[in-house]
This record gives sequence, structure tokens and C-alpha cells, in this order.
Amino acid sequence: MNTTTTAFSADVLNIDAAAVSAVIETEIRDIVLQRLNRKGVIVAISGGIDSSVVAALCIKALGSTRVLGLILPEADSSPDSLYFANLLAQSLGLRTHLEDIAGILTAAGCYQRRDEAIRKVIPEYKDGYKCKIVLPDQVNGSAYPIFSVVVESPTGERTKTRLTLDSYLGVVAATSFKQRTRKMMEYYYADLLNYAVAGTPNRLEYDQGFFVKNGDGAADLKPIAHLYKTQVYQLAESLGIPEEIQKRPPTTDTYPLDQSQEEFYFPLPYDKMDLCLYARNREIQPEEVAPVIGLTPEQVARAYHVIDSTRRATRYLHRPAVLCEDVPEVPHDAGT
Amino acid sequence: MVLKDELRQFVTDNLMFGKPCDGFADDDSFIERGIIDSTAVMELVAFLEQRYRFKLQDRELNPDNLDSVNKLARFVASRLEPKFAAELGPGRVLLGPGPLQFAGKNGPGT
Repeated sequence: MNTTTTAFSADVLNIDAAAVSAVIETEIRDIVLQRLNRKGVIVAISGGIDSSVVAALCIKALGSTRVLGLILPEADSSPDSLYFANLLAQSLGLRTHLEDIAGILTAAGCYQRRDEAIRKVIPEYKDGYKCKIVLPDQVNGSAYPIFSVVVESPTGERTKTRLTLDSYLGVVAATSFKQRTRKMMEYYYADLLNYAVAGTPNRLEYDQGFFVKNGDGAADLKPIAHLYKTQVYQLAESLGIPEEIQKRPPTTDTYPLDQSQEEFYFPLPYDKMDLCLYARNREIQPEEVAPVIGLTPEQVARAYHVIDSTRRATRYLHRPAVLCEDVPEVPHDAGT
Repeated sequence: MVLKDELRQFVTDNLMFGKPCDGFADDDSFIERGIIDSTAVMELVAFLEQRYRFKLQDRELNPDNLDSVNKLARFVASRLEPKFAAELGPGRVLLGPGPLQFAGKNGPGT
């Protein structure tokens, strides 16, 4: 790796939040009203920081009459998510609709298929049990990123079992119904109102493929995909997002058991991951990064490896449909 | 088929989807060659457990054991039944299409 001359510090991700917000608001107006020729924006709000900031930016850009927030809980959603979503809506003056998608997911067999996949490795898993899938520690060891399932019985006893390939694929495929059903609902309202759909990934999530293809990965615009999560928090403070939401720990809110993003996807907490990603993008040596974020150079090197390998593995998620032969009349960026 | 050859064949057919090896050496790192990701590792583990009839422990799932044809061969040979492994050195295990068979002094079946 080449060494840069830029000094690396914990402050490299500091931004002028008001200025960055103004730029994004201008872009949102241009994208939605001019380039996409839509009247407003749909934002699915989870009560998390990213969707909260996107909703706030859209309202500042377009006005509250042109933004609709969708609250889309399902059977495994934390009650906190509904509370925080309503808190956000109140604080922003955001119009919302609530659509409980549990019925759709049940009809599609989401929960049943997931549970059947888990029973391939834990035969006793049934109603009353809770689950989540977790990765091993990839920063403090050299383990492959192979998922295990953590299961909690009705009496509170927890066990952890490594997933086989078919059980892992089964769990992921079934769970992905959730993100894809939410997106289906977002586009229903988008079509109904002639609005565009805003995606809410931050840079870490976008870069590392932390989304479901044609689920939460689908959108017409992604206003904060270029911002590190650390910077999203800075915007949140500047935009006046309720402090409770700012302080809420990031969660996937996807499995019945509480699951942090570090357990499921990222090897480090977001603030350290952001700095590693920033440093990796600039080919800054692990020895320079390590003391800044409180890790050893070996741990930073492993984090770099995870970043690189995850990028490779998730390239597929970003690809649009591949044509067997070009259709020149339809450019790749047909929106311009 | 020698153990190493069978492992190479599995990697080529299942993890590289039959694409040419392009100078794929027995010491080449699967990770560095971009051949292996998390689902590929799981597929490899399933193959090893079914074909060679042993259970991989979580602590064994690391690149030191699995990240090249040579490392795979050494690891698998070390996990084979001791009575069989004692008769043979690494790379001397012969495999038929069915249950594991081992070379005797005078060749297969003796």
C-alpha cells in the first residue's frame, strides 16, 4: 500500500454539517423535481438515525407536504422502532402512514421458511423460540465469516450452532422477504402519489453491501450514501433529530432476538469501521491508523481485509441487470 | 484420485464454477485469488465433512487449514482416521467414487 502524506486523526470525518446539509438538500430538489420528474419523496422510517436524517433532509429540501414517511413494522420488529418513528414524525411534522407487513410476510411464508431453515441445524426450534444469526470475531482472530444461529428457548436458555450452507441460505432468503416487502410497499405509495423513493444507506452500508438486493438496496435516490455514519450523526445533531434517536444504538431490527450490526455484519463498532474505511480508501498504513482508533496494527489490517473481501463479495448486489446485447436507445443512466 | 487432486477438482468445479485455473497453484491462497467468500467456505466445509467423514470444529475454520490446496490436503490428512493415516503419508490417499478407499502396499484394493 502507498502511504499518503495526509495526517490521519479521529477528526478526519468532521464536517460542516449545515453546509453539507445544504448541498444535499439542493441535490434532492434537483434529483426529485427535475431529473426524476416526481412530485415528492417516500421515506421508510425505522426510528433509526439514517432514515431519520434522510426524512429531515427531504423535508428541508421539498417541504413537508411533499414527503411521506412510511412506518412498516412486522412480527419481529422491536416496539421501540414504532415509538422512535412516531417521535421523529412528531418532531419533523412528517406525514406518515403505518402499514403492518406481518400479514404479507406470513402469507409469503417468510417466518415459516426461516424457522424451517433453522430446524435443519436445531431440530427443536419451534414457536416460542427466538433467534438471530451472528458472525465470529474477525478482527481479533482469523476465522472465516461463517454464520452461527443463536437460539433462545422460551425458558431463556441460549444455544449457538454453526449454520450449514443450506440452512444459512435458507435463513437469509426467507428473511430478505422483509426488506423486499417493505420496498414493495414504498413503491406502491410512490406510484400512488407520483413520488420517488428515497433509500437510506450511509456510506459504510452502501460500500459494504449491507442491504438486500431489490429490498432496501432499491431506491430512486440515496441522499446519504456518500456520508460515513459518523457524519450522519453530525447531520442529525445539526438537523435537530430528537436526542433519543441520536442515542439509540444501531440495530438491525430484523430477527426476534436483539442483534447489533457488529454481530451480524461489521467487525467493529461503526465509529471505528468508518475510520478504517476512510483510511483504507486512502491506503493509509495500519500502523498509522491503529493508535488513533485504539486497535493494534494487526487488528486494523484484518479490518482492511474484511472491507476488501466484503466489497468483492457484495459487488453483485450493486449490479444492475446485465444485457446480452446493448440497447443503445436506453442509456445506462436513463434518468438524465 | 490422489487427495490433493480431488480437493483441487472440487475447488475448480464448485468454487470456480469450472472456469480454467489460470495457473492456479497448489500453494495459491484462495482468499488472495478471490476464489473464496463466506458461502464458498461453507460449501467447502460441507464437502469436507461429507466426503471425508469428519466434523470440522469452529476453531478449525481458519485459513491456516483451508486456504490453499496444499493446506487443505494437509488438514484433511491430519483428520482422517488414525489407523488409515498411519499407513500413508500426505498425498498417498486414493479415492474412488464411493466410500473412502486407501492404497495398500501393492496398489488399490490390496
